[in-house]
Amino acid sequence: MELGPIWRAMMRNKTGAILIALQIAVTMAIMVNAISIMQERSRMMARPSGVDEANIFYISSVGFAEDFNERVAIEEDLNMLRSLPGVVDAIQTNSVPLSDGGWSMGLQTEPGAEIQGTGVAIYFVDEHGMETFGLELLAGEDFSPGDVGWRERSDTEWPDKGIITRAMAEALYPDDPDSALGSTVYINDDEPLTITGIMKQMQAPWNGWSGVERVMLVPQHTLFGATRYVVRAEPGRRDELMPQVEQILADSNKGRIVRNMRTMEETRERSYRSDGSMIKMLTFVIALLTLVTALGIVGLASFSVSRRTKQIGTRRALGASRSAILRYFMTENLLISIVGVLAGGALAVGLNMWMVDAFDLTRLGWYLVPVAMVLLLLVGQIAVLGPARRAASVPPAVATRTV
Amino acid sequence: MIFYYLKLGWLSIRRNPWLSALMVAAIAVGIGASMTTITVNYMMGSNPIPSKSDQLFYVQLDTWDPNTVSDDPFEPPDQVTYNDAMALMKSAPAYRQVASNRSGLVLEPENRDETPFNVDARNTFADFFPMFEVPFLYGGGWDSNADEGMERVVVLSREINERLFGGENPVGRSVRMNGMDFRVVGVMDHWLPVPKFYDVTNGAFNDSEEVYIPFNVAIEYQLPRNGNTNCWKTPDGSGFEAFLNSECVWIQFWAELRNEQEKQDYMAFLAAYTEQQKLIGRFPRPLNNRLDSVMEWMEREEVVADDAQVMLGLSLLFLLVCLLNTIGLLLAKFIGKSGDIGLRRALGATRGTLFRQHMVEAGLIGLGGGIFGLGLAWLGLRGVEILFGEFIENLVTMDWLMVLTAIGLAIVSALLAGLYPTWRACSIAPAGQLKTQ
Repeated sequence: MELGPIWRAMMRNKTGAILIALQIAVTMAIMVNAISIMQERSRMMARPSGVDEANIFYISSVGFAEDFNERVAIEEDLNMLRSLPGVVDAIQTNSVPLSDGGWSMGLQTEPGAEIQGTGVAIYFVDEHGMETFGLELLAGEDFSPGDVGWRERSDTEWPDKGIITRAMAEALYPDDPDSALGSTVYINDDEPLTITGIMKQMQAPWNGWSGVERVMLVPQHTLFGATRYVVRAEPGRRDELMPQVEQILADSNKGRIVRNMRTMEETRERSYRSDGSMIKMLTFVIALLTLVTALGIVGLASFSVSRRTKQIGTRRALGASRSAILRYFMTENLLISIVGVLAGGALAVGLNMWMVDAFDLTRLGWYLVPVAMVLLLLVGQIAVLGPARRAASVPPAVATRTV
Repeated sequence: MIFYYLKLGWLSIRRNPWLSALMVAAIAVGIGASMTTITVNYMMGSNPIPSKSDQLFYVQLDTWDPNTVSDDPFEPPDQVTYNDAMALMKSAPAYRQVASNRSGLVLEPENRDETPFNVDARNTFADFFPMFEVPFLYGGGWDSNADEGMERVVVLSREINERLFGGENPVGRSVRMNGMDFRVVGVMDHWLPVPKFYDVTNGAFNDSEEVYIPFNVAIEYQLPRNGNTNCWKTPDGSGFEAFLNSECVWIQFWAELRNEQEKQDYMAFLAAYTEQQKLIGRFPRPLNNRLDSVMEWMEREEVVADDAQVMLGLSLLFLLVCLLNTIGLLLAKFIGKSGDIGLRRALGATRGTLFRQHMVEAGLIGLGGGIFGLGLAWLGLRGVEILFGEFIENLVTMDWLMVLTAIGLAIVSALLAGLYPTWRACSIAPAGQLKTQ
């Protein structure tokens, strides 16, 4: 190979090569970190909410009239909703996963104000909660109609039963999560509550919360003035049911308004909208950046080819084949790119370390660095191909001309 | 002379149209990307009330749980309790002060056939309007007699007035909300502070509320609240009264203090109040009250999102790549003109002359890149708006400062990029270049 001569020729005119190498290095630093952020976001977005997202929708009801009897309205509404053809089940509750608004409390295994509780998201449901959300009970039993009470906005007492997620059981009893079933935990520092069921998985309303898998179902209807009905439709019937439910609820009681009817799918979309947007923006940035870098390589390589037209002609006249010329430029680019990606690797890791520190991002997957290296080497080779072929087509006769 | 350089620069740009286009495009793309993110960051970090941002103070009282291990050192809660808010309203020595909280009401239009609808509401005090310099289209805010007399008065936003009264002057008419009649006293003109500094807790970039009613009225009639509520201790007993007397925080409290002396007096009052409350068993933590000015508060609440900062950093690196690109291309171009330069040097042009001439050329390319970059930034902001949707729409407008920044950044970048190639071009020895010709 003619690596030696290529390297020495390059060293005679370093600036162009250094500029390309620097460009590749910075491009790689951006690329690797952008991909790392995208991976982090898509991992977040891929987490299941635990509920039957495809078939669930919900609607809010706000009473405003003086004579609005919320308790009667809830009972009537639930009877009506559950008897609608196409409805699997329905409940009245305070919130749903991914909706970003809800109620949280602390649970602790020992009573006492000085003990720090473990945060848990609360959903108020009745005995239809598991069926409506489509949850899976791992152990214990579901609520029975007799368990379900009514809760005023300012009530502070809690019922004596709750169903928690497996993740919550692990958080409360890290050594023996199975012992959570049937155990007594304390809410409000010292109010005892028995864990009567463990469910497989369900998310809290806040997708960015570190305890997003820690959830407890509590057997109560809420009388908070504003409420939410969650309806689970038979597969494929959600969209036909939605306008129907909205109409019936609006017509059945003039003392309230219904609003914000939304599917779980839309809720997911809204909840992760900024993450999804971040992924799209970063994809665009990477594509544009690669293009800019490739164009830069094309530009500088073309320039170097036109500057060296005479030398190329001379080499051709002295017997170098077309492929030897092509190889010369390709190899030159490869050498520059290797320097660039090596520097880029270091830069990428450095940038990532800083971003982990400043913005709590996750560390890079180690494999991203070599993958990006290979990718950028390829981009460089493809970009230089055009100018290199133009170089190869320089006729030997050029050598004989004076200018 | 400058015109001569501009002409030379223009001729040189036209001589290699492709290379020049590539340079302009590289700068434009870099400027477009970085200006998009700079604009979003600039709007997020902008001062929502520049005329008096250092005279408005957000009040934080540390009434929180002594057993919380998660904050170290202790952070006071970001809102205040009802009792504290009322005590401060009554006796704290501020030029002006307001307690306020977010709420939602159901509005029943006059026309019975129209369905009632929800409006975003704020429960507040008379000083809210002069203190935050709220502009009025009709009428004005209410006065403190209305607060004390619990008059059912309401200030409407311009938008809701258009919906309810077709934009006509509604002062004196009444609006029915949650089954009660409120008398309209004023209509705001368009008012949208970005960030919405007076209530960062419930969304720093939300729209302003649609109706404003006296806080005392909302308490008296137990109207719903729908803002963030945090409690570290369960209220003693059930009922609204118990909630009001609880350690739950749900009210934002602002004080207007015109100078350092007033601020110190206010701080001293807070300290004395805390000591007095400690006697009855409240404020279990060490004294830790805070007065943050508007911008201090924005910073403490980290109003500028991490994502925006990450994108800003990445886009500036992007601009760097584009500039490296431009340096390479300019170098190629200027070295390609070695013959020209040699000739001009031989004919008596000094290095300084040539330097200026080539910097003018680089500047021209920068100007072109800036103009196209501005267009790309506009497109970029529209893209961001489409991607992120309504919650960002108050952040994606460019003001004059941003437009000038874009052009300035482009020209400065191009000049920086031009420095090295120009220096190289100027150091060409004339003899060497003239020899072969």
